[in-house]
Amino acid sequence: MSTTTAGAHAHAHGHAEAGVGDFISTYVFSRDHKIIGMQFLFSTLLWFMVGGLLALGIRWQLAWPWSGMPVIGPMLFSGEGGQISPEFYTMLFTMHATVMIFFVIIPILAGAFGNYLIPLMIGAEDMAFPTLNMLSYWFMWPAFLLIGSSFFISPSNGAGGGWTSYPPLSSIPEAAPGSGSGQTLWLLGVTFVGISSMMGSINYMTTIIQMRAPGMTMFRLPLTIWGIFITALLQAFALPVLTAAGLMLLLDRVVGTGFFIPEMLVVNNSLPASGGGQPLLWQHLFWFYSHPAVYIMILPAMGMVSEIIACFSRKPIFGYRPMIFSIAGIAGLGFIVWGHHMFVSGMNPYLGMTFMTATMLIALPSAVKVFNWLGTIWRGKIQFTTPMLFALSFVSMFIIGGLSGIFMAATTVDIFIHDTYFIVAHFHYVLFGGTAMAVFGAIYFWFPKMFGRMMNETLGKIHFFFTFLFLNGTFYPMHVLGAVGFPRRLADPYHYETFRHLMPVNQFMTLCAIGMVTVQVVFAANFLFSIFSGRKVGRNPWGANSLEWTAPSPPGHGNFDFQPVVYRGPYEYSSPEVDADYYPQNQPLAQKT
Amino acid sequence: MLVPILGVWVFVSAAFNWWPFSGGALAFPGEHWLPHDISVHGVVIDGLYYFILAVTGAIFIATTVAMFWFLLRYDGRQNATPVKFIHGSHTLEVIWSVLPAVTLLFIAIFQMNAWSDVKIQRPLQSVGPDGEQGTLDDVFLPPLLEVTGRQFEWKIRYPGEDQEFDTPDDIHLVNDLHIPVDEEIVIAIKSDDVLHSFFLPNVRLKQDVVPGMKQYIWFEATETGTFDIVCAELCGWGHYKMKGRLTVESREDFERWLGQKYKAQETNQLSLELAER
Repeated sequence: MSTTTAGAHAHAHGHAEAGVGDFISTYVFSRDHKIIGMQFLFSTLLWFMVGGLLALGIRWQLAWPWSGMPVIGPMLFSGEGGQISPEFYTMLFTMHATVMIFFVIIPILAGAFGNYLIPLMIGAEDMAFPTLNMLSYWFMWPAFLLIGSSFFISPSNGAGGGWTSYPPLSSIPEAAPGSGSGQTLWLLGVTFVGISSMMGSINYMTTIIQMRAPGMTMFRLPLTIWGIFITALLQAFALPVLTAAGLMLLLDRVVGTGFFIPEMLVVNNSLPASGGGQPLLWQHLFWFYSHPAVYIMILPAMGMVSEIIACFSRKPIFGYRPMIFSIAGIAGLGFIVWGHHMFVSGMNPYLGMTFMTATMLIALPSAVKVFNWLGTIWRGKIQFTTPMLFALSFVSMFIIGGLSGIFMAATTVDIFIHDTYFIVAHFHYVLFGGTAMAVFGAIYFWFPKMFGRMMNETLGKIHFFFTFLFLNGTFYPMHVLGAVGFPRRLADPYHYETFRHLMPVNQFMTLCAIGMVTVQVVFAANFLFSIFSGRKVGRNPWGANSLEWTAPSPPGHGNFDFQPVVYRGPYEYSSPEVDADYYPQNQPLAQKT
Repeated sequence: MLVPILGVWVFVSAAFNWWPFSGGALAFPGEHWLPHDISVHGVVIDGLYYFILAVTGAIFIATTVAMFWFLLRYDGRQNATPVKFIHGSHTLEVIWSVLPAVTLLFIAIFQMNAWSDVKIQRPLQSVGPDGEQGTLDDVFLPPLLEVTGRQFEWKIRYPGEDQEFDTPDDIHLVNDLHIPVDEEIVIAIKSDDVLHSFFLPNVRLKQDVVPGMKQYIWFEATETGTFDIVCAELCGWGHYKMKGRLTVESREDFERWLGQKYKAQETNQLSLELAER
């Protein structure tokens, strides 16, 4: 099924003797899933840095509004005396969210880890459609360029409608005078991200269904693969809606149609809209994708965390099937809860009740997963390695993020906390405390497989400890702000007397955020240093069970130097059938010595 | 290695549980909790908030303590007992599915009435000739005033002496909203341009205003004073300064204030007309 190219083959032997053409086909336009995965990994990590710096800009303004940013301020906004202008502030948070969601979390989970792990974990030599896979990476580049140019080329001209881009603000150019072409480029960029994800998801589904090694039944798949599989389903069903809605918004903006604009609407002396549309329609269509997208951003992370926790507890995952059913349950319910973003939007309040009940129920599979993780570490032999620490912190942060979700699921309470920092706290706990921590754990965990070398454990633990500390210092107080009613997306919240006393809290949070970004330097140094001079390891440094650990580190083209045959599930740690405390999936039934 | 984990865990649980109740373990100045409530329905919302806080707080403490205990007890370096080779427990799965399900559904159903009071059951002036509530001949309480969101201000309109909107004697104001205390009032809200959100933190009320839609909100304030009107939906670069002021006063003060505004506006119109002649 896979197409082998001479260039890609050279990878297994190193690229020293390969020519320029070979280099390009091996490392640039590669069709090897591992290279594509790493391309995604490096691109997204770079964007992660950009997104983090954008966040610091936001935090600076909230802690010391209208005061000049040291060093960076005079360079960026010399015109305003180093201050962040309110227009620029709206672009900052729009771009922070866009970069983090569309360029970091979704592609790092599906693109980087999905690509890298699927064939290795199911025992295939590559993806089902290698060329499509390559295209899914290269279709990210138009998005990088479009959204990047919307903001970074002329920072006064970026998209400023929030990552949700609610019309009419986003559809009538006059409504946000600064964002002229920026908003249009932004919409085009998001469309390209959608195309890329769509290609990826089709490929993942096909590969997982069609290319499993002999003996690898669906219920012997690692939970990571289950997470990615269900994520791919979500993307395949939800993305077309966003793409269609995005094109409609683009038409509204450029051609003058009126899908989302009521008749004769005049904003800031614009021409009267041809109209006949409804702003709420966009919100429905947008959240019909973007709520499932919330789960796209967490399900693969949940899978990877299960992998790490089982491995370092030296114990089978507790409730393998309930874990799968709860992933499926989250995904299924995820399609009927989008309205909980719209409780106070003007949507029929009767609908609010329906969406609330569905939303409450989605907390159930999440709770089941947490209990099963706790069940896994119970009576194990826990090894506190760096990946394990990150995985455990995922669980604890996810508990906080999950529980705070119940507040906003309750429609009545949501009336008050909607669009306040309580919401911001909630999704940062889930996305940073949850997904980003899981991603860090996963990088530490699979790094030896990717590069054949270990990352430094001491530096890893320093990275973990300070990230964990500062993440709570930054995001926990957001709950407190939200409880006071502190709204999001205000360039200067202290304009309201009600919120003036919260400035010291914000300054504390900003200091923590600066600390959090700074400590990532340790990670970057550890990562880059270890690629070239980390301790060399063999195939299975962690003593793990799943198939990728039986391949060479790093695996060559075609992945396995033997045909893997699977005899059991991936979590048979400390099985009484063997002496070792692990029992690889492909090891034939052993006689106990 | 356990020491830092322990320390961090203490930090997190401290953050989650002590801050709100003791007013700040890190000693931040001022109020750090739900703002002062001046509405009738706010009591219910706050109660629900604290109820959910208690439930989720208990779950958080329980799961965290359990996790903590497991981490200490089953630390691979000190723990001599062999790993329990177990794949799960059907009974446990059923228990920990049913218990949260019941709790969550309870919260969901428990708060439906409050939601209905705040957003669905618009106050009535009378139940109509048939004497029954919820029938077609119910007469709604008419709006006391109309608020229109516009980049970046709140336009306020009172009906004037004829008690009817869209007549020449409407009173037009900007960002200055007065209402009588201890009366259930209805406000019509709409938008002139983009989305805004009419947010009264102290009244526990928030409603997006949508161009092309006219909506009604209602509440009863129980205290006099002045409070902020906040825009809570991104509406452009000036979103942060779309600030209004809500003044709750006695019926007499309110009437007097409205009368003054009416007189001031009519005088101006009259004098303008006179000047033109």
